[in-house]
Amino acid sequence: MLTNRSKSFWLLLAPALLALIVVLFIPLMTGSYYSLTDWNGNTVGHFVNFDNYIRAFQDQMFIDSLIFTAKFSIVSVILINVIALMLATLVTQKLGKWTTLFRTVFFMPNLIGGIILGFIWQFIFNKAFESIADLTNIEFFKGWLDTPETGFWGLVILFVWQMSGYMMLIYISFLNNIPEEILEAADMDGASPLQTFIKIKLPMLMPAFTVTLFLTLSNAFKIYDQNLALTQGGPYNSTQMTAMNIYNEAFSMRNMGFAQSKAIIFLVIIVIISIIQISITRKKEISA
Amino acid sequence: MMKRNKEQSSEEKRNKTAIQKNKDKKKISMIMVGIVASLFWFYPFFLIIINSFKTKSEIFQNTLTLPTGLNSENYTTAFEKLDFVKSAANSVLITVGSLVLIVFVSSMAAYALSRNTSKISSIIYFIIAIGLLVPFQGIMIPLISLFGKVSMLNQPGLMIMYLGLATSMSTFLYYGALRGIPKSLDEAAVIDGATTFHIYWKVILPLLKPTTVTVIVLNSLWFWNDYLLPSLSVNKEGMYTIPLKMFYFFGEFNKQWHLALAALVMVILPIIILFIVLQKHVVKGISDGAVK
Repeated sequence: MLTNRSKSFWLLLAPALLALIVVLFIPLMTGSYYSLTDWNGNTVGHFVNFDNYIRAFQDQMFIDSLIFTAKFSIVSVILINVIALMLATLVTQKLGKWTTLFRTVFFMPNLIGGIILGFIWQFIFNKAFESIADLTNIEFFKGWLDTPETGFWGLVILFVWQMSGYMMLIYISFLNNIPEEILEAADMDGASPLQTFIKIKLPMLMPAFTVTLFLTLSNAFKIYDQNLALTQGGPYNSTQMTAMNIYNEAFSMRNMGFAQSKAIIFLVIIVIISIIQISITRKKEISA
Repeated sequence: MMKRNKEQSSEEKRNKTAIQKNKDKKKISMIMVGIVASLFWFYPFFLIIINSFKTKSEIFQNTLTLPTGLNSENYTTAFEKLDFVKSAANSVLITVGSLVLIVFVSSMAAYALSRNTSKISSIIYFIIAIGLLVPFQGIMIPLISLFGKVSMLNQPGLMIMYLGLATSMSTFLYYGALRGIPKSLDEAAVIDGATTFHIYWKVILPLLKPTTVTVIVLNSLWFWNDYLLPSLSVNKEGMYTIPLKMFYFFGEFNKQWHLALAALVMVILPIIILFIVLQKHVVKGISDGAVK
């Protein structure tokens, strides 16, 4: 009915395609071109070939930001998914009304934007921790966000607190899809809860991992708002993530062409990671 | 024989009550674990709330104690300085405007793609899929430059940018749902003389309602809370959204936590209440979005 020649087919598609062309494909193309020039945001002076890319790989701050982002992503992806799975297992234990309450509380941080979350945790780390330190005299609580290490863990704690509830909801929906009979049969056969979890639930959760790993990985890599509000990249740019590095290069230093070459490196890294991750988890999905 | 049967069944009963008791015990311990975890999770909010009622010097002395009284002064000051009504109105405008665009545009596109099995249709499907992989930072700079050149760094421009960035995901969600709606349904309508748009509007869109809920939930969490894109496009007096205004507010009242905390509570509370009211839809929306 909606054949290629029919006007309706193209009319229905037109707004979506137009929006994609304007917002995605034109910037992708112009961006690739700009990344090869000394573009300052307004005019292009010279075509510089791959100089920007070579400079990007020699830019220590950019490389540091990539390493920091990678470390942050690995640690938080693991923590988020482990905690989310534990929370989901807890919430699916048929606890009656408690289920809703727990689910609500764990999900709550997700309702709030990165900027606001960053300010909340700034208060916790700077003020509340200070009070705890005064009270207990424990060195551990002093000067959070003042060193690269505590800044790193501060960001991880914030992000884990934010994202675990979201991933929990996804795990819950997959756990609830496991047929009751299978779990009962395992129970009758005397399987321990741990055995049931590893032998039955985990394999059936494989499709969930495709989704949750994709979401946590890409969100962790692209993080900006939380970074800005919690540490602003400090102290001395030691907690600056790649998104912030690109932003500053473009909008503070006004080196637009150079910044765009970094943006494209970033894009390529994310696309490669996503494709690898999806193909690995998809394979596991099929074999399970 | 009878006797033995009886014995057996009473033994079974005893076993069952033992199992039941064991299960109750397990349930109670699970609830305890849940309560402890929830308290831990909620504690940051709790600290923000109690300190938002304190004076500056009270916060300076100790942040862990309860406030001496419920003074609302922090709130009235923060309400004014945040320009709360205006910022909230701007946020609502951007969120709702973008949502309306996305719901119609992506459901239309998904409808067209799902009812056409030709090669062109699968090529377009693939092109739309590219949008899922491209991170925003990859196109951020040329996008802002492009919209600046055509004087679209304003509210309608921001809505169009959100539309382009969110179309791929939403179209996929609708496409998944449309595969479950039999084509015979719209073919019957064609025989009755209905036009394509009539069918889309009267038959398809109502059937897609559950997916529309998912699309709205996922995207509104993003649009409402986003800081980065608005900071590059509507960073002007009169257009500030809540996250933007909050950022400037914090810069200005850096050392005045009593005001900052009141502002935080003020912007968080409405969203949490809204979530509790709409909880069922939100949870369902997110679960459906992940399963498809």
